[in-house]
Amino acid sequence: MDNSVSKKNARTPNYKTLFGQALFSAFTKLKPWVQWKNLVMFIVYLGAIFCTITTIIDHSSFNLQISIWLWFTVIFANFAESLAEGRGKAQAESLKQTKTDTTARLIRDGVETKVSASTLKRGDTVVCEAGDMIPGDGDVIEGIASVNEAAITGESAPVIRESGGDRSAVTGGTKVISDRVIIRITSDAGNTFIDRMISMVEGAQRKPTPNEVALNILLVSLTVVFILAVATLKAFAGYSEAQAGAKIATVTYTALIALLVCLIPTTIGGLLSAIGISGIDRLIRKNVMAMSGKAVEAAGDIDVLLLDKTGTITLGNRMASEFIPSVSVNAQDLAEASQLASLADETPEGRSIVVLAKETFGLRASGVPPRDVTFVPFTAQTRMSGVDIKIAGGDVQVIRKGAVDSVKKFVESQGVKFPDDVLEAAAGVSRRGATPLAVVKDSRVLGIIVLKDTVKGGIKDRFAQLRRMGIKTVMITGDNELTAASIAAEAGVDDFVAEATPETKLQRIRAEQAAGRMVGMIGDGTNDAPALAQADVGVAMNTGTQAAREAGNMVDLDSNPTKLIEIVETGKQLLMTRGSLTTFSIANDVAKYFAILPALFGGLYAQTQGGFGPLAVLNIMRLHSPESAILSSVIFNALIIVALIPIALRGVPYRPLGASALLRRNLAIYGVGGLVTPFIGIKLIDMLLTSIGLV
Amino acid sequence: MAQTEFLQIALLLAILMACAAPLGNYMAAVFEGSPVIQRNPLGRLERQILRLCGTPADAEMRWWEYAAALIAFNFLGFVLLFVILISQDLLPLNPNNVKGMAIPLALNTAVSFVTNTNWQAYSGESTLSHFAQMAGLGVQNFLSAATGMTVAVALARGFRRDSSITIGSFWTDLVRMVVHILFPLAIVFAVVLVGQGVLQNFAPNLTVFGLNQGRQILPMGPVASQTAISLLGSNGGGFFGVNSAHPFANPTPLSNLLELFAVLLIPVASPLMFGRLCGNPKHGRTLLYVMLGLFLTTLSAAIYSEAMHNAALSGAASLEGKETRFGIASSVLWALSTTATSNGSVNAAMSSMSPLTGGLAMLNMMLGEVVFGGVGSGLYGIVMFAVLTVFVAGLMVGRTPEYLGKKIEAAQMKFAVAAVVAPSAVILTGAALTLSTTVGLSAISSRGPHGLSEVLYAFTSAAANNGSSFAGIAADTTFLNLLLATAMVVGRFVVIIPALAVAGTLASKKTTPVSLGSFPVTGWLFGGLLAAIIVIVGALTFLPALSLGPILEHMLMLSGRTF
Repeated sequence: MDNSVSKKNARTPNYKTLFGQALFSAFTKLKPWVQWKNLVMFIVYLGAIFCTITTIIDHSSFNLQISIWLWFTVIFANFAESLAEGRGKAQAESLKQTKTDTTARLIRDGVETKVSASTLKRGDTVVCEAGDMIPGDGDVIEGIASVNEAAITGESAPVIRESGGDRSAVTGGTKVISDRVIIRITSDAGNTFIDRMISMVEGAQRKPTPNEVALNILLVSLTVVFILAVATLKAFAGYSEAQAGAKIATVTYTALIALLVCLIPTTIGGLLSAIGISGIDRLIRKNVMAMSGKAVEAAGDIDVLLLDKTGTITLGNRMASEFIPSVSVNAQDLAEASQLASLADETPEGRSIVVLAKETFGLRASGVPPRDVTFVPFTAQTRMSGVDIKIAGGDVQVIRKGAVDSVKKFVESQGVKFPDDVLEAAAGVSRRGATPLAVVKDSRVLGIIVLKDTVKGGIKDRFAQLRRMGIKTVMITGDNELTAASIAAEAGVDDFVAEATPETKLQRIRAEQAAGRMVGMIGDGTNDAPALAQADVGVAMNTGTQAAREAGNMVDLDSNPTKLIEIVETGKQLLMTRGSLTTFSIANDVAKYFAILPALFGGLYAQTQGGFGPLAVLNIMRLHSPESAILSSVIFNALIIVALIPIALRGVPYRPLGASALLRRNLAIYGVGGLVTPFIGIKLIDMLLTSIGLV
Repeated sequence: MAQTEFLQIALLLAILMACAAPLGNYMAAVFEGSPVIQRNPLGRLERQILRLCGTPADAEMRWWEYAAALIAFNFLGFVLLFVILISQDLLPLNPNNVKGMAIPLALNTAVSFVTNTNWQAYSGESTLSHFAQMAGLGVQNFLSAATGMTVAVALARGFRRDSSITIGSFWTDLVRMVVHILFPLAIVFAVVLVGQGVLQNFAPNLTVFGLNQGRQILPMGPVASQTAISLLGSNGGGFFGVNSAHPFANPTPLSNLLELFAVLLIPVASPLMFGRLCGNPKHGRTLLYVMLGLFLTTLSAAIYSEAMHNAALSGAASLEGKETRFGIASSVLWALSTTATSNGSVNAAMSSMSPLTGGLAMLNMMLGEVVFGGVGSGLYGIVMFAVLTVFVAGLMVGRTPEYLGKKIEAAQMKFAVAAVVAPSAVILTGAALTLSTTVGLSAISSRGPHGLSEVLYAFTSAAANNGSSFAGIAADTTFLNLLLATAMVVGRFVVIIPALAVAGTLASKKTTPVSLGSFPVTGWLFGGLLAAIIVIVGALTFLPALSLGPILEHMLMLSGRTF
């Protein structure tokens, strides 16, 4: 199959088709057993059916219009859900294409047989060579290969996967580009990472999250209260009519159903599932796969973040910060030699040495003609790198840099003693938490390059932001106490764990949880797996091991450790959107009462038949007639669902402000806004209806 | 309106606020089992009573055990009271030779006193013996108030405890409430009332002849002792049918002030006790301010409504049905205080209040009787509302809502919602049932919207366990006796059980430490929000019904029509 179907394509959906499909499924969702799943909307659905039947019987234009708008209310809610699902569906389609049956080269008892990938079981061993599709999730147990993982990450640059270490996990559906690896399959066919991704994005196994369940309880009980309030109203109205001595025409079943639909929380009820689906969808667009909606929600609750120092807080590459020459060595000579030794070293460390030499001594290494230089790359045997330079007289100048003990071994092998002052300086550098590199020219040790961890630019601001969110950051590092403290201070984390082992990580998580805090962490290695499993939100890097990926409840396909902050924000957004729209929905009811109650009872105790009685005073919006008031409210109620779809899909923006400020802000927008908007909206609709003569 | 009347309101509130903190702290110390209190004579009495009953003081209970003990205890109290009422003619201390109560009325009365409602479908002076008053009703006055407080205390423990499966001992809490709080207060207060001239004797009714030789029966009895606990315990069931509108129960302006003070005292101190018990005194103060704010709002509206220009009466403020000795403001203050506190005693006829005052009194009860609410019940009621508030608003700060460090999740929502919705459901269905059946309609005495108010008021009063009556409705019919008794039971226990369940499920949770991201449950923002949720939930549920009752009547009155 064509492997170039990347997620990038899926991530920029065609809005026209998305809209069309959503509109279509908004109608196909009108089946009662589908509607039944959402009790609030089911009541509207029943109301719509009832009003339709009434219309068929009495042919009243008012009933007809109410029925139409009740159906619209249901359809709009379906549309919101379908639209949210649509994006995921499109993505799932492209993922499914990678699942077209591949052939696996199964190795059993040393014999290779070709079998269908769908028959693979946990524990099977397969071989993959360049050009082969990896048939299932697994760990590389032998060999090294470059793999194109674009199918799941959307990133087309190949990645290296090798046996042992923390980069052994491979994903079914990705493609080996070079070399040959032997893989032990770790998940049964049908339950692979891609399978889980598909079911997540499709929302097929979407279980309501704990907060959704709790919110649903509130919405259902509000609905029950309003059903009671409206049902008993019939009795109260009957008594009042009898007392007033005149029937009023306005208290009909259609009007009561309209009142009920306006009062029950249809706005949030209709958008609730769209909010949940789009929350997961937003994470997917950030290239994070959550294994459950519950995990996304939990991310919003995180109190403590455990962050690995390397790669998250520091760049992960140490940078040269200082040259310490040996006694009797000129600092500039050391710098020059260091620069030459690093010229061919394309690692960030190497480049940083070149840059430091240039910055401190203005060296540009231009004096050496390239043809005279032979680069000596780093090997595991020598653990040094450097250059051999032909100099006048056919001699070769050997410059090397490397770990102190390697260089010591190197010079001692030539019968030269490693100078004590350099050894001391190296020990001092280590104590400070930095890494010393010794530089040797021929057999003379010139001195030391100090390599230091560099804190990422802007990370301090992010931690300050997290602190304002109420989240504590804890840096985990294998460094000693001293180094850890200095980096912690530089990065602005709240706390750190030095000389951490996998066990101390786990202990720290347990201790935080015992104190009632929710812990989030990110990790990649096999030894991170227990901690990832223990954390409330464990984000595994996609580049990590299979064990880590299975232990966490999210996988970051970009393998970017700072992603955790965005994950937390998405979780918070999800909860805020639900809360804000619930508040909006409930606040709306006040205006609807002022529209519908006078419409229903304005005629009680009227002096003249069909005139207005005392309760007409409640019609503070001065709506045109009882019919127009009721109809306008129902129309407003339906349209507001459509108007809020963008907020439901995008989420209420989160700002790291602290709880009180956030609350004030959202209350002002959705609470006060929810009170005022319907007064304006209903009045406008009423004016429009009256002007075009629909009522 | 006279300045002195406002002065009285200000004075009352000032004394109350001054006493609230010391009493709140004292009550908290009592329920925490403070050693200082345990060492005093009342502490010894408490231990002796518990030993006598065979319960160890530290017998911890899970929430359902607590609930089961509470219900079993109240059921026994109900049976005992019921038996006393139907057989009072066979029992001692019956100088007036009253007959045993009819079964539906006895049932209603027993339920009413056990549920701290004290709905009186009868007049005490003509229907009850002194024995029934004292050993029957009086005992329940203590016990039902204490029962309410135990629930509030258990709820506070739910917040305070971390990963605990128990919420305290019902028996210990009950005994502590009676021994350390109700008993001393009632004794002191009864003596003060006697000093003001309230009756206290076991004499039979006195027959006297007036100046025009007309024969008049003056009721006698242990009025002061009954009134004291009836007011302190937010019971409100007076010795006399007209409660404190009777001069023998409320003889002087000072007694009037003191009785009001007694009505409000424990409910006002309770939030402060709660704050202390749950470890956040500031939260307790916020709850108190919310209650106070709502109370002052309804009170001012009612006073304004009573004093405003009245087309039907061509301008004069209406004194009809009000005690001329006390004047309008004081009568309204009493009405609003007692409906607000679930006390339900009266010093004026509710039915004669202006339509809006009646409506506001009703609204006070419809809001779930949380401003200030009955002894204990107001507190657990407002905490249930706070749970809803924290949930909706808590989501808006982007976290799983937390209340005092406890996550509010599906289980708590289920129970809190049940506690908030149950009374409303009973009020609406009960009133609708009465208004749509002939047997129900026959009990109504007024016409027009006022009749609807009578019925709505009766069910609101019963379901909110208030017990105050709008008057006018003929409540002593089998139909209403049974229907209202049901409303009282639902309004009491279908709130208590979920409240205890909330306590139990919260206690078992871990306490989350407070962070910058935690939802604040103190201060103006939370207070305003809580008040808004209380009003909105109440208003949204009852606005249609109220609009056809008091609001319609008010509008009609403005146009000159009264009922």
